[in-house]
Amino acid sequence: MASDDPAVHPIIRPPVRDVLLTAVAVLVFTSLLLIVSGAPPLDAYYHLFQGSLGSWVKFAHVVKVWIPLTLCACGLLFTFRIGLWNIGVEGQVMMGSVFTTWALRAGSDSPDMGAVFIAISLAAAALGGAIWAAIAGFLKTKGGVNEIFAGLGLNFVAQGIVLWLIFGPWKQPGVASMSGTETFPAALWLNAPALLRIPPVALVLVAAALAATGLILHTTWIGLDLKAVGRNPGAAFLYGLKPSRLMVLAMLFAGGFAGLAGNLQVTGVYHRLIPAISSNYGYLALLVVMLANYNIWLVAPVALFFACLNVGSIQLPMMLQLDSSLGGVIQGALVLATLGMHGWRQARSTQAEGRAAPGSA
Amino acid sequence: MRVELVDIHKHYGAVKANDGVSLTVAAGELHGILGENGAGKSTLMKILAGFTARTSGSVRVDGKPVDYRTTAEAAGLGVGMLYQDPLDFPQLPVLDNFILGQAGTIALDRRAFKTRFLELADSFHFRLNPESPASSLTVGERQQVELLRLLALGVQLLILDEPTTGISATQKEVLYAALRRLAAEGKSVLLVSHKLEDVEALCDRVTVLRLGRVAGEMAQPFDTEQLLRMMFGAPPHPPMRCAQPAGDEVLALDRVSSPGGRSGLVDCSVAVRRGEVVGLAGLEGSGQEVFLRVAAGLKPLQAGSVRLSGQSLSENDYHAFNRRGVYFVPSARLEEGLIPELTITEHAALLQERRTLRVPYPAAAEDAGRRIESFRIKGRPRTPVEELSGGNQQRLLLSFLPPDPALLLLENPTRGLDLESVNWVWRHLHSYCRRGTAIVFSSPELDEILMVADRVLVFFNGRIILDAAAAATDVQKLGSAIAGKV
Repeated sequence: MASDDPAVHPIIRPPVRDVLLTAVAVLVFTSLLLIVSGAPPLDAYYHLFQGSLGSWVKFAHVVKVWIPLTLCACGLLFTFRIGLWNIGVEGQVMMGSVFTTWALRAGSDSPDMGAVFIAISLAAAALGGAIWAAIAGFLKTKGGVNEIFAGLGLNFVAQGIVLWLIFGPWKQPGVASMSGTETFPAALWLNAPALLRIPPVALVLVAAALAATGLILHTTWIGLDLKAVGRNPGAAFLYGLKPSRLMVLAMLFAGGFAGLAGNLQVTGVYHRLIPAISSNYGYLALLVVMLANYNIWLVAPVALFFACLNVGSIQLPMMLQLDSSLGGVIQGALVLATLGMHGWRQARSTQAEGRAAPGSA
Repeated sequence: MRVELVDIHKHYGAVKANDGVSLTVAAGELHGILGENGAGKSTLMKILAGFTARTSGSVRVDGKPVDYRTTAEAAGLGVGMLYQDPLDFPQLPVLDNFILGQAGTIALDRRAFKTRFLELADSFHFRLNPESPASSLTVGERQQVELLRLLALGVQLLILDEPTTGISATQKEVLYAALRRLAAEGKSVLLVSHKLEDVEALCDRVTVLRLGRVAGEMAQPFDTEQLLRMMFGAPPHPPMRCAQPAGDEVLALDRVSSPGGRSGLVDCSVAVRRGEVVGLAGLEGSGQEVFLRVAAGLKPLQAGSVRLSGQSLSENDYHAFNRRGVYFVPSARLEEGLIPELTITEHAALLQERRTLRVPYPAAAEDAGRRIESFRIKGRPRTPVEELSGGNQQRLLLSFLPPDPALLLLENPTRGLDLESVNWVWRHLHSYCRRGTAIVFSSPELDEILMVADRVLVFFNGRIILDAAAAATDVQKLGSAIAGKV
């Protein structure tokens, strides 16, 4: 998107200095935390780095986290643009996994039709996520239920459904176990070449999602309409737009992308349905989008950084007897520091430039 | 308190809202600031009130230079501002609005504040119930609450931005009396207005701003002609009536009742014809707002029916009304009519036909450029609408109207505009009515209604109490109808 495109109006283009300042602040904060808990900070950072980027195998793990994070983040760009807090993205990932498992179970008896059933499962996953999101959307537009509460409630329901399926109708022959449903035959896995270790289909899907999101938001009517309703639903209505319909549409996009993320968790990573199938990637994606400042260009790199922290911190308990939640602490501190920085910069520019005068000037 | 502003500059990018303004307000002085829209009045006052930071220049209080960055710090120095749109908390009772921001102990002594409030209100002859919610007050009454709050904070210099917009004649008199008393007590008052009559009636001294600079100063007695020349360069011409022979019925309301505002709309029957210009008068909240929204299909009916060109519409659906050529332009431009953070081009795009999947941004930018040029809007296609001044926002909204609407419903279309812009707006609107468009508009200015409308409807308590030809009535008759006497 060229910067002279009138549709592209990022809320901020953070100057490099502010980004560096934020990074230093977070580094100081986490270092203090590490010192307090008795671990040498430099060692911890070294292991974080080694654990995520130290070898191709580890980097492949990072990419496998990056893929669902980025997919969810793409969907969230739609809902944030219209001003909705789609916290239900977590449940939408789970429902994507559930619909995927349902489609693959139907295909587990015909292993030579693997590709077909995987394709069907992708469509089913997008549908499942979209349905789950649409419920929150309709609760919001028809029932006046705040989308945050609706989404949170639906997350619990989705988790309940996943557990019920694993321990009930879809339990492994003989025993029901926390380890999930029975593993699918390899014909129903997304193939990953031995050297690459990442399914190419997943990479293509993410690239397509990023491109489609960017194009839709910045060049099509949908993007403009979502933005207009997000900034002023009343006025947008006077321009002929239908805010309720557009809200549900944004939810459908978000749910669809989240559902695809759920599909890849099943077909590409676990090859079965497990209780923690969504791995909190939905919640994490909310942080990614906020840290990326709702900017499509920053979503992929920020998601990659978060994925590195997630995978890298797995090393910490083994190497330093530190809890692996350090990755989460860094992520949370980063987002809070960035939001704080953003707020501070806005307050400063408001002071410096004044406000557009309502009424006469 | 003597306040001096010295060489104040305020730049928004390339736009110089204030370009070297110097001004002195003596203690006990009623000082007027006159100027047309975009002259830099509001910007200057917001700088003085600590709401906006200046680019350069200095402020001196009693000869000493002071520096402050927030409204709280300004209030600490004794500078307080009453904004054009009262900044209050509508859900809270009047008393709470009064108490907010006042220093006190941790335990809130409501009773003491209430006594103080009633004393203050009484001394100014404000009739306010401290327990009623602020949302039930008129603009004039909310202004009174805010005024009392500022006085209780110990304000020595009071700034009022267009205080007579949207308040009744009686409230205006009460306000003037209060301001005169404050001046007699040694407090300074800065009155910002684009209305000559306000400034002439109240002020000792006036400074005229034009294009961000001081165009001149004058003390009582004022020379009106000279003030107008300072404001505009040349005296503007008054607008004329359109006086198009009325055609077929466009809009008809039959015994319509609908809730909303202070009184709702009660049992209203009226018809509007092609080419007619109808002005709606009445105290704020007497039913005009509901009338316009009912006629636009924006509000549900409790009883009665609405007909457009003879066809009755069962549902309230603005988009359906819109397809039949009905357009509504709300009074609050940035809150209801425009979309903040969207550029003029993006607004223009929303009006384009949707033939392709992609938004035709180049065509929209061209379209925006054409609108900017033919409506003389000070802005560029890439300007976000919130950066435009109020007058330019109004021009932009008018530029969005299609060439041949059947019915235009305009809520206070000249709110906050200077005389020249008012004339421009009405010349433009009259060109519509010559093409057969019916125009219904509300306005708190009776002079404006009498000058530009063919017909006047006066609302009182939700009912149309007077329906008269503009040529056959006058300000006195309308004034008494507004007060409920016909």
